[in-house]
Amino acid sequence: MSDTDRVHDGIFQVVVNGLSSTVVPGTTLGELVRRVTDHQAGIAVALNAEIVPRSHWDAVQVQAGDRVEVLTAAAGG
Amino acid sequence: MSASRRSAGPSQGLRIANRTIGSRLILGTGGIPSLEVLAGVIAASGASMATVALRRIDPSAKGSVLEVLRDHEIEVLPNTAGCFTAKEAVLTARLAREAFETDWVKLEVIGDEDTLLPDPVELLAAAEELCDDGFVVLPYMSDDPVLARRLEQAGCAAVMPLGSPIGSGLGIRNPHAISQIVDAVSVPVILDAGIGTASDAARAIEIGCEGVLVASAITRAEHPLRMAAAVRLAVEAGFEAREAGRIPYRYQARASSPSEGMADIE
Repeated sequence: MSDTDRVHDGIFQVVVNGLSSTVVPGTTLGELVRRVTDHQAGIAVALNAEIVPRSHWDAVQVQAGDRVEVLTAAAGG
Repeated sequence: MSASRRSAGPSQGLRIANRTIGSRLILGTGGIPSLEVLAGVIAASGASMATVALRRIDPSAKGSVLEVLRDHEIEVLPNTAGCFTAKEAVLTARLAREAFETDWVKLEVIGDEDTLLPDPVELLAAAEELCDDGFVVLPYMSDDPVLARRLEQAGCAAVMPLGSPIGSGLGIRNPHAISQIVDAVSVPVILDAGIGTASDAARAIEIGCEGVLVASAITRAEHPLRMAAAVRLAVEAGFEAREAGRIPYRYQARASSPSEGMADIE
């Protein structure tokens, strides 16, 4: 963790879909997904370019500087 | 019973990986102007499978492509559009499998931003890895019979050569190569990319393709629903024409009216 990631009270930053997001220690991927969508179906999550299966979202706690991608279907050829 | 229903019959369905897809026309949703138009195009095209891309969720979006496809009971075919390496494409396919609960993938690995032509080296590497991982892989490929054979050997369930660059509407620039691909492989050949209008789709089926994937020609037409219907009819016409057996090409004319019984009126 770099000094810039570390803030008082342990609050830190992660990047969700390219946008910086402030989280408290213990925040799970499941909570971050629920910040951007009410849905679970049709969603895939990558943490630092690794797939995290839906069944693990609520068990995985994010760390400072993590890159989270919350993905779904878009129109595409 | 409509003509489209007839063509969905078992003897005429598109068979991929031991499954029958209802329509030979696979709809690409790229370029669709709205979800309302998408719903109309699905109905008009008679398609039973449609592609989607995997992208960051938009929290402000009202409705979704996925909801429209599911409401119309259209099968989702995820693509790996936007990937430039095998590694990216394989990860994208696995994410799509997680999101959409399908192991089918339209595999795209692009090699050039201007032409959007596939990178055959990365494509084959990605196809091998995904086939080994149990995916039903439908690779978007250049119009190369040798590459088609290599992709079939890798285990791909179909091959999808381009008629011309994505979104160009230039039709089938090298029909001879497409025919050679049809002869080179035993898996279905689905023409993907380049179709500009209905007659291009008819031609693809006439020269031996088992299906066509059409996006821009429909979604970016002035009247997408009318074009969707036109392409559906063209695919049916192309199939009927192919099954009917066209006449051979001839260098000189061959009269169709009898030469006997002419009146003496000189």
